[in-house]
Amino acid sequence: MDLSAINPLLFVAGFLVAATPLIFAAIGELVVEKSGTLNLGVEGMMITGAICGFATAVETGSPLLGFAAAAVGGAALSLLFAFLTQITLANQVASGLALTLFGLGLSALLGQSYVGIKPPRLPDINFGPLADIPVIGPILFTHDVILYLGIILVAATWAVLKFTRAGLILRAVGESHDAAHALGYKVVRIRTLAIMFGGACAGIGGAYISLIRVPQWTEGMTAGIGWIALALVVFASWKPWRLLLGAYLFGGITQLQLNLQGAGVAIPVEYLAMSPYVITIIVLVVLSRHKGGAPACLGRTFHASS
Amino acid sequence: MKFTKLLTGAVLALGLATTAMAQDKTKVGFVFVGPVGDGGWTYEHNKGRLAVEEHFGDKVETVFVESVAEGPDSERVMTQMALNGADLIFTTSFGYMDPTINVAKKFPNVKFEHATGYKQAENVATYSARFYEGRAIQGHIAGKMTKSNIIGYIGSYPIPEVIRGINAAFIHARKANPDVQFKIVWAYTWFDPAKEADAAKVLIEQGADVVLQHTDSTAPQAAAQEAGNVVTFGQASDMGQYAPFPRVSSIIDDWAPYYIARTQAVMDGTWTSGNTWDGIGAGMVGIGKISDAVPADVKAEALLLKASLADGTYHAFTGPLNKQDGTPFLAEGEVADDGTLAGMNFYVEGIEGDIPQ
Repeated sequence: MDLSAINPLLFVAGFLVAATPLIFAAIGELVVEKSGTLNLGVEGMMITGAICGFATAVETGSPLLGFAAAAVGGAALSLLFAFLTQITLANQVASGLALTLFGLGLSALLGQSYVGIKPPRLPDINFGPLADIPVIGPILFTHDVILYLGIILVAATWAVLKFTRAGLILRAVGESHDAAHALGYKVVRIRTLAIMFGGACAGIGGAYISLIRVPQWTEGMTAGIGWIALALVVFASWKPWRLLLGAYLFGGITQLQLNLQGAGVAIPVEYLAMSPYVITIIVLVVLSRHKGGAPACLGRTFHASS
Repeated sequence: MKFTKLLTGAVLALGLATTAMAQDKTKVGFVFVGPVGDGGWTYEHNKGRLAVEEHFGDKVETVFVESVAEGPDSERVMTQMALNGADLIFTTSFGYMDPTINVAKKFPNVKFEHATGYKQAENVATYSARFYEGRAIQGHIAGKMTKSNIIGYIGSYPIPEVIRGINAAFIHARKANPDVQFKIVWAYTWFDPAKEADAAKVLIEQGADVVLQHTDSTAPQAAAQEAGNVVTFGQASDMGQYAPFPRVSSIIDDWAPYYIARTQAVMDGTWTSGNTWDGIGAGMVGIGKISDAVPADVKAEALLLKASLADGTYHAFTGPLNKQDGTPFLAEGEVADDGTLAGMNFYVEGIEGDIPQ
């Protein structure tokens, strides 16, 4: 056992990267759920974003265009969900699951000619002297622009939900769609926009995996991160900052698990590998005891006639 | 009622027709653990399948199912293949061992071939390649090329196949460089690009400047490329898109000659069960081109090692060797027998850490 082999700076920097796809996917889903809709299709939207972003980045040579395309791809797929649940009033759980299966298949089809290709690299932002600050420099100032965008997005979501009229309307729709409707707000339109926002965020999260974290395209490469993102929203009890914390916790445990193995710590690997999931379950149980602040209309369908 | 009967009749007729047609051709099925586009293990098995198609042309029909989970689901896939008239089924991952045996019992007329396993039956043969011979060459190059003296190893599952590879690589890395240390991370997957990439990054962060992998995707290659100064080796397939650096050489599984020979045997009615375990000499294990990133003298030594492994003058497990706990494993000049190798569940002396149970 040689714990000194673990470089704490690189470890922290590593888990910031590992947590970023989670942050994007989860913050998008948080907004969707705040509007009163439960979209279980995060995994499908992520993997679709991963291939849309990858293909666009490879074809155009621009990783940033790739991320834009990933957002469009994810949002486009989420429109299918919006149509099913908001227009045809289909069951949200079933529609979301279908969206995941559809997204996995669609991405495999789209990605057939992109296996084994290297994507263009998104350069890290050059912070100049800031990156040379001991400890803080290598941890905070050696990343790409998307990672910072993720953190800004969390802050922005928090501010919008808490301080703005738009946020208030979104929350009103999620808490009581009938009351919001009576006040003249277009419930279906607001929810559709929220769903598209969620899709775009999930798409960017997926592209972060295929363009930065791995970086390559392989079928099924999101490997369950979308499901963790869903759990994370509940873990955070629909609060943006807690969500950020949770994402770092989850990313941190995965990295810690691999780091400890490399350092030769004799902890049974299976326990470490399952620890993020165990923590989620524990938190879910704890939260369920005092009604962790779920939007009151979450998962309920709305029609103006009712 | 009448309509249903009509339908059943039609389906039955259709079924009979396809069976009749299938009898003209030999139908060969393949069960794959990953997608055929993984660029590694499954990719090479699929190349073997395509070679069978090309060799026999119209006389053969091949079918395959990819990304089949090890365990009960694979049993369903194999059963379906056998029901659809397959004459010969290749199941290409260690975890398909018991499912293959189970399904084979139900279909005594169908021949099964299970890769990398050790359970045989009247109609189940096993086959594998002596990948450890390739690992020995990788170990030698790795030992010579590492500057930090730390070599990272991404293991998939702690099964004899993988442990054998770690031991073979370690023995020859130590021979080339007595200061070498191995860091081993178990990924518990054959294929999960994000996890494989993370594992590679962690090893690199902990000082490894050579990363060996026993997982199937090219993600660790991409991670090494990004780190810039890390050496890797292609696993199961050439992974040539990452040559000449970080990928400096590779182990290539060449299943095509075996698949063609076994299909021929089924056609001729001469197929018998058995165990095939071929290495570099027989051509089942290929060593990918050693790139110019490797110094010329190291490359020459590696090629010499390859030649001696191929003609049988040298065995990758030659004593004196001790087990990890210091107990003797092989005496001076003694070579390991196939039984010991097939069930290998211990590290050799010098490797740190425990094999997860």
